[in-house]
Amino acid sequence: MKQQKARSNLDKTIKYIMVIIILAVFIFFAALFIMLLQRSQLILSRYPVWELLFSSEWDPNKGLYGFLPAVTGTFFVTVFSLMIAVPISILSAVYISEYMPSAVKSYFQAFIDVLAGVPSVVFGLCALLVLVPFTRDVMGPLFGVNTTGMCVFTAALVLAAMVFPVIISLTVESLSILPIGLREQFLSLGATKWQLIETVLFRAAGPGIISGIILGFGRAFGETMAVVMVIGNKNILIPSVFSPGQTLPGLIVGSFSEMMSVPEHQSALIFVSLILFIIVLFFNILANIIKNKLKSRWRYE
Amino acid sequence: MNKYIKESIFRVLMIISVFIVIAFLVIIIGVNIVKGGIVLINEPAVIFTAPGPKYLLGGEGGILHAILGSILMVIPSTCIACAASYLIALFLQVDYIKNRFSNKLRVVFDVLWGIPSIIYGIFILNILIVTNRRGSLGAGIITLALLQMPVIVRYMDEALNSVPDGIRESAYSLGATRLETAFTTAKYALPGIIAGILIGMGRAMGDAASVIFTSGAGNSMPKGVSKSVSSLPVLIFQQANSFYPSVREHAYAASFVLIIIIIILNTISRICSKHFQKYTAGSDR
Repeated sequence: MKQQKARSNLDKTIKYIMVIIILAVFIFFAALFIMLLQRSQLILSRYPVWELLFSSEWDPNKGLYGFLPAVTGTFFVTVFSLMIAVPISILSAVYISEYMPSAVKSYFQAFIDVLAGVPSVVFGLCALLVLVPFTRDVMGPLFGVNTTGMCVFTAALVLAAMVFPVIISLTVESLSILPIGLREQFLSLGATKWQLIETVLFRAAGPGIISGIILGFGRAFGETMAVVMVIGNKNILIPSVFSPGQTLPGLIVGSFSEMMSVPEHQSALIFVSLILFIIVLFFNILANIIKNKLKSRWRYE
Repeated sequence: MNKYIKESIFRVLMIISVFIVIAFLVIIIGVNIVKGGIVLINEPAVIFTAPGPKYLLGGEGGILHAILGSILMVIPSTCIACAASYLIALFLQVDYIKNRFSNKLRVVFDVLWGIPSIIYGIFILNILIVTNRRGSLGAGIITLALLQMPVIVRYMDEALNSVPDGIRESAYSLGATRLETAFTTAKYALPGIIAGILIGMGRAMGDAASVIFTSGAGNSMPKGVSKSVSSLPVLIFQQANSFYPSVREHAYAASFVLIIIIIILNTISRICSKHFQKYTAGSDR
């Protein structure tokens, strides 16, 4: 009897510890948001938000804080990299899951796992050695542009490589849980494999694929180091994809050493991370909602 | 268009895209290993020597401080994150709360996973500024623990989720408390749990953006919890931006070490999940 009491007491104690940890996570989440909001008050009280977001002059020494170049730079790099990554990774995911023999498949998935684990600085370092000369000597002349190679195009290529594993693994996962009967029924009607993929599988695996794309977007959007290393870090409105630019995370890392000295500059950079936080939050919640909505709508069981 | 022609066109496109993905992987790993390997063969002492005072300005020295710094930061932070996320994952799985509520909690962890690492760095940096401290090993450990916790929670949760219900029910029917049941089910989920821990560790090992603000990123050997340290990714970032070719060469050596560590972690996670599969062999799922 006594022992039983001890056991159930232990059970309750652990439960309280768990609740405390969960609450700590919530407090952390709230503190993160409040901290960013509060620390960016300074810059927001001196300049209106729209002026910060839509002015293109960035010169902290003169008190000019325009985020437009970095915002457009981030947008361009992210969208451009997704334009490269989405078709390639969906097509290869379909190939991996539908055409590849299962013996090769597990090795290939191990490969993708390794690619997902490669740190972003390594991607950046590699891009400096391979992609920058490639853009300078091959792509530049091909499009008739003179470029140093440190440009938006290279950054987008690196980001695409970093987004591949995210989209591929989620797409393969959502294709592989579809029932085999679904495929057999459609193929027995005389359809080709691509028709099956196009008309049935893409729709049935849709929620997984879309949330994969959105998560890939999130990764590309918040990626810092690899982009900073190759984009050239010039805070101007980009005239073409072959010119150097700047992204929001790059802005923070690029001026982190000076950031301590001027409170206004510091506050401006914290405002940048607030923007990043809100956008990433939005896209993550969107991915979740889409996944749940579509899951209940497209059910093949 | 004939459907068979379409089929073969798309098949070719798919094969091309698979090759593009493979090419990226081979280039990224190959370049680092070959180039870093060449640097290491020419001067193998780089790994074992501490940096001189002007190392990043082309001075003498090696990358030992970054290797030690990485290890000293990642291992304690993984331990902290593991303990916390194990409890959280059990809390999400075992019948402490209603299912509806735990699904909402999962969304929070998904969102935390998606937050760029630089924001974690800024957050801890802000705390450091408010409390008037400088970047240190301790702050780096806390940052990395926060960074990898959502990853580990997510993987552990998924692993626990795959345990057949029958095991939990039979534990309850023997009169086990919720905690004892939780430990029983956790044993079945060991492969997934270990894979999650190692993936989280890999993320912490390779992340530069969060640590560059909080660990001080100094150029000296780690001396204590409140002293500044450097880590491999931070060092690679600093070296790659250097004007001195000899320093830039060392970046490849550092990334060789880093990528080998990542591949080893990946392999261990695979071996572990194979090894611990014997616990799950009896499950009929």
